[in-house]
Amino acid sequence: MSYQIPKFRHPDLPVNDLGYTRADYEGSISTLCAGCGHDSISGAIVRACHELSIEPHKIAKLSGIGCSSKSPTYFLGKSHGFNSVHGRMPSVVTGAAMANRDLLYLGVSGDGDTASIGMGQFAHVARRNLNMVYIVMNNGCYGLTKGQDSATADEGSVSKKGDANIYSAIDLCATALQMGATFVARSFSGDKEQLVPLIKAATRHRGFAFIDVVSPCVTFNNNPGSTKSYEFVREHAEATGTVDFVPMQKEITTDYEAGFSHEVTLHDGSSIHLYKMEENLDPFDRTSALISMEKHRVAGDILTGLIYMDKDSRDLHDVMETSSRPLNTLGAEDLCPGNQMLKNINASLR
Amino acid sequence: MKKLESVNDFVIKFANVNGTGSASANNMFAKALFRMGLPVSPKNIFPSNIQGLPTWYEVRVSEKGYLGRRGGIDIALSVNPQSMAQDIREVEPGGYFIYDNTKPLDLRLVRNDVNIIGIPLTRICNDEYKDPRQRQLFKNVIYVGALAALLDMDFKVLTDLVADQFKGKEKLILPNIHALELGHQYARNNVECPIGIRVQSADAVGDQILLDGNTALGLGAVYGGATVAAWYPITPSTSVVDAFEKYARRIRIDPGTGRKNYAIVQAEDELSAIGMVIGASWNGARAFTATSGPGISLMSEFLGLAYFAEIPTVLFDVQRAGPSTGMPTRTQQSDILSTAYASHGDTKQVLLFPSTPKECFDFGAQSFDLAERLQTPIILMTDLDLGMNDNMSPPLEWEDGREYDRGKVMTAEQLEAGMEFGRYTDVDGDAICYRTYPATHPSRGAYFTRGTSRDEKAVYTEKGEEYEENMLRLMRKWDTIKEYVPGPETISAAQETDIAVLYFGTSEQSSREALDYLAEEGVHMDAMRVRAFPFNHEVKAFIEEHDQVFVIEQNRDAQLRTLLMAEFEFGPDKLKSVLCFDGTPISARNIKKQINQHLDGGAVEPLHRTKVASSGGE
Repeated sequence: MSYQIPKFRHPDLPVNDLGYTRADYEGSISTLCAGCGHDSISGAIVRACHELSIEPHKIAKLSGIGCSSKSPTYFLGKSHGFNSVHGRMPSVVTGAAMANRDLLYLGVSGDGDTASIGMGQFAHVARRNLNMVYIVMNNGCYGLTKGQDSATADEGSVSKKGDANIYSAIDLCATALQMGATFVARSFSGDKEQLVPLIKAATRHRGFAFIDVVSPCVTFNNNPGSTKSYEFVREHAEATGTVDFVPMQKEITTDYEAGFSHEVTLHDGSSIHLYKMEENLDPFDRTSALISMEKHRVAGDILTGLIYMDKDSRDLHDVMETSSRPLNTLGAEDLCPGNQMLKNINASLR
Repeated sequence: MKKLESVNDFVIKFANVNGTGSASANNMFAKALFRMGLPVSPKNIFPSNIQGLPTWYEVRVSEKGYLGRRGGIDIALSVNPQSMAQDIREVEPGGYFIYDNTKPLDLRLVRNDVNIIGIPLTRICNDEYKDPRQRQLFKNVIYVGALAALLDMDFKVLTDLVADQFKGKEKLILPNIHALELGHQYARNNVECPIGIRVQSADAVGDQILLDGNTALGLGAVYGGATVAAWYPITPSTSVVDAFEKYARRIRIDPGTGRKNYAIVQAEDELSAIGMVIGASWNGARAFTATSGPGISLMSEFLGLAYFAEIPTVLFDVQRAGPSTGMPTRTQQSDILSTAYASHGDTKQVLLFPSTPKECFDFGAQSFDLAERLQTPIILMTDLDLGMNDNMSPPLEWEDGREYDRGKVMTAEQLEAGMEFGRYTDVDGDAICYRTYPATHPSRGAYFTRGTSRDEKAVYTEKGEEYEENMLRLMRKWDTIKEYVPGPETISAAQETDIAVLYFGTSEQSSREALDYLAEEGVHMDAMRVRAFPFNHEVKAFIEEHDQVFVIEQNRDAQLRTLLMAEFEFGPDKLKSVLCFDGTPISARNIKKQINQHLDGGAVEPLHRTKVASSGGE
């Protein structure tokens, strides 16, 4: 059973450019465990979409199977949603995006859904540079089946049962980079100040925008010895820098010091301001991004923030040269060549 | 010695080495006969290999219009020493064995009851050409030229065909005609022409065309309005998407912008391919994929989701012999059960069974209407024989002005006007519910798609009664589906009879021919061709009206018979099996023999079935 959030709201809630309050971007009440990191990410998605004034119905939210994949029910209640099959969300999004290039596709997945059963589809959707935002709610374990290690669990990380993980971990950001993703970021469910602008920037990126969000599982993987616990992540997260997302024609000011800042203009005219903290990282260079990530991994840190971005990314529709009109709006008059053409074809077959 | 004598009625089998360009020469031979007004059915029997293994090409010529495999070989044309022993063994007594006698024939192979004709193909090539590749390619053309003399073909038809085939590559026309003449002259000067079997121009093909089913399917998808194709390469289905792309490139480019009004994605596997189709269809585009048996296995989970979530899905299954390391280049009808009940849970899937390229085109285009009207997967079941061989077919037609049936889709206007939307609410009583495309309306009509853990408004629930209610509605929908899918075709015997045959797909032609043979012997049988699953009441009535019905199919386990028994609860005594599963198309002689055995000896012991059925080469 999912429960609707009460409709009553404070009359003075702030509205965005479309006149919507944040409540217009919420979904049903979450049935995840109290304190679940995933709920914070859902909140960040709601905030990002509200602040960017994206029309809720122009978003399609899709997921696979697992705790993370249940979460689309808990945000964007006015958007169409699709809870597909385990590990196969990328293919469903690919088809959907082929049918209508004008929507914002938001894929939500987990570490089991992406790094194990869905690894193949993840690799290939990155490689095709599909225009979508792909968020992994990464808690290093299988929550719905009660806490088995996932493929992103770090080697040696201790689960609630007390066993140390004996396998090496898959780093989804590194995988995404190697597979050709054109926007790669990592964040932490407990750091909305970083996560919200990253989600905003990802929505405006033209191409495959991947955000790996470490999201502790309070029930099965928040114990001492776990490298995906709130405590561990807070202690070991190191940010690449600070990101501000600036929608087109909107000036915002920040408190950050000048000097280290990059300004990146996106295809629709909006821009990202990047304030560097990690000196050795050039986020516009794939090699630099990979080296930086590997160094932090070896040091036992978690590198967060925007790790890589290709400013000149061309998405799947660009490279395939598909019509700028969404394919799902074409009718028989655009699609069916008629009987005369068939007569000619028949004649060539005699 | 006896010599087979016939005019416009024979079976010839070419034995070649694969990768030597023989298929196009053999195809030229078949097409020339077709242009002489003769019904032909060429069948390419090829290995899963690119170069070097034996490959065969069988051409049936029948002025009467029999297009199935007859069984037996009247003329073998052998240019492959590897398979020569087998090839000569297969020739009917009194038949002809034509071989390359540059090397003398192994005396141990000689049969006294077969007419042996030598044409020194290698020597002619070596004398004429210096380039080894030319020697190989033209050898094929030379034997076609020789056949033209041996069978008394209209030589001008052949030379015109060469000119047509190489339009745009004019430099190749004269060398090919020259090679034809080399073979023609040699045969005329050295062999008594024509042999006992010969051809003459006739008027037996009318306006028919020669086309492979996969191309027809690709065209059906273009005409049916498919805009998204997602697929993973697998023999024998690959050429479906190839054909779709070929025609889409020609006729689906936006004239204003030069951009494509279609998207083709080569997926990483079949799971992904069907996932893309489901995603695109969910989002309001017409989408399809094409695959074969192993792909069906991989797609099964998604087919379940599409069934339960009621998402239009079009899937073309070009069946082959299983499994993955089975006989991927040989034909079968062996995916019937794996598709009819594809997936976990209680699922039933809609199957269509075309039997000609025209039906591939018609059903292919219709699949999209059916999928959207019925909101469920439509699996079109063709096979390698229909899909990859040129089949004679009525011409393709499209009624101009025909509109696509997009099914029940609630529009923004309807939502705005206050029409109530419940994704899984049966408002019309036909158990088909309204859906909405994403982004239809700013505040109404959005819903969450998931399997079955939801109520009729698509709100999450795990209540047992809601699940049961939904599953019962899906069964009512199954009854609605019966009214929409193509019904069966019936042919009544010349005399009243209480026995009948029932067949589907590519067994049609051989079955009808076998019925003619049986009728000549006084055995009259009614016939039904099933064209879709679910079966409608006519199928049930037909079986009930007869004491015994022979179900003819190309698999080991009598899968269609099993389906009939499961759906209608007929007993095993009522339905008898006629089977072929050696990977070659079922032949008329084989069908006749199996039916005779049933009628003569009563029940055939199941243990012997393999022996009977594997005599597909007859």
